Amino acid sequence: MNAVLVDYGAGNLRSVCSALERAGATATVSADPGIVRAAPLAVIAGVGNAEAAARRLQADGLAEALRERAAAGRPVLGICLGMQLLFEDSEEGGSGLGVLRGPVRRLRAGRVPHMGWNTLRLTAPSALLDGLDGADVYFAHSFACAPAEPVAVAEVEHGGTVVAAVERGAVAGVQFHPERSASPGARVLRNAVAWSRSA
Amino acid sequence: MVKKRVIPCLDVAGGHVVKGVRFEGLREVGDPVELATRYSQLGADELVFLDVTASIEGRRPLLELVERAAAELEIPFTVGGGIATLEDARGLLRAGADKVAVNKAAVDRPELLTSLADEFGAQAVVCAIDSRGGEVVTDGGRSPRGRDAVDWACEVVQCGAGEILLTSIDADGTRAGYDLELTGAVARAVTVPVIASGGAGGAGDLADAFEAGAEAALVASIVHERPERLPELKDELREAGWPIRT
Repeated sequence: MNAVLVDYGAGNLRSVCSALERAGATATVSADPGIVRAAPLAVIAGVGNAEAAARRLQADGLAEALRERAAAGRPVLGICLGMQLLFEDSEEGGSGLGVLRGPVRRLRAGRVPHMGWNTLRLTAPSALLDGLDGADVYFAHSFACAPAEPVAVAEVEHGGTVVAAVERGAVAGVQFHPERSASPGARVLRNAVAWSRSA
Repeated sequence: MVKKRVIPCLDVAGGHVVKGVRFEGLREVGDPVELATRYSQLGADELVFLDVTASIEGRRPLLELVERAAAELEIPFTVGGGIATLEDARGLLRAGADKVAVNKAAVDRPELLTSLADEFGAQAVVCAIDSRGGEVVTDGGRSPRGRDAVDWACEVVQCGAGEILLTSIDADGTRAGYDLELTGAVARAVTVPVIASGGAGGAGDLADAFEAGAEAALVASIVHERPERLPELKDELREAGWPIRT
């Protein structure tokens, strides 16, 4: 099963590529909207500035390709910044794809960035997080999604509830880094591969 | 709630570990990525690779090390040591480091922190601060910089650092405990996570650092001489009631 990582200039896609390969996918990186449109699974990963990322996705035709996928029920997985880009306006700057409704807001907690291992609490059935209620996964972020529709499937506690994962049909997002979350993270990616195969 | 982190620090030079580590029943491990994988298997929450060469020749091997680590490791890692410019830091982050730690370069040009945070996000930018007697020092402790460590910590956070790696030069190597006064003062002064470094001797020292407000504790020689000490430390901390990842 081929997973395409969307190349929009945000660095560090190699880690996610390697992790997806360990999970049983073949992973490639592409900035070609045609390839992104056609792949069995499209992954929005990377770290960087939200505003710059959103602008690049739009300018390169990738935003359109990803929206089309979402509308057609073709799997899209957002990781960390990628999950935030599924949503709408971000307090960090810029607007995401708007595939999921709701803003992205700066975390208000004792320590920001939210950095380290935190415990998932599943709040709804989840294809990606099946079997991972109570698992510790790694977070490194200063902004978090505030969904305006009931798409959250997991949360963690950090100065209040922080949405850790979302799923709606063929669109999913995780705020944590599955490629850096040891065994639980590897399981999330294996679940993601299975999920996209069955879509 | 977010767990406290125990973070082994590996000294590397030219892409190799400075001193090999012997794991129970195994040959000595000298490859940094293999060593990192072993520590990961033993429960390390995160890793720091510290380049001690601080030379131009060390740049390429370090980038190659980072590329391999990014592809193979399943826990986060930070790279530090001799990062002098925005280009150095950018190269390491693009090669796959989760975070970079800058020290002297930030003292010389705090704008470096801002540039990095703007491009990669504060969560990728660690400011390493070395303190002797509460004063910022650089160059492995040789150069006093005439700045108060706590004030400097506040400034680096304002400039964009998302985490502080705080090393007490006084305590380093003593195994008599972290500098709790320094750690507490910095942890109270900033709202980013603080990693205590320098002086770890046993689980009690890590517990004291967490009590003082550190979110994480760096360990080096105590795990390098016997790596199995790492899961023991975590077990002791967990038994003492600290939130620690299993």
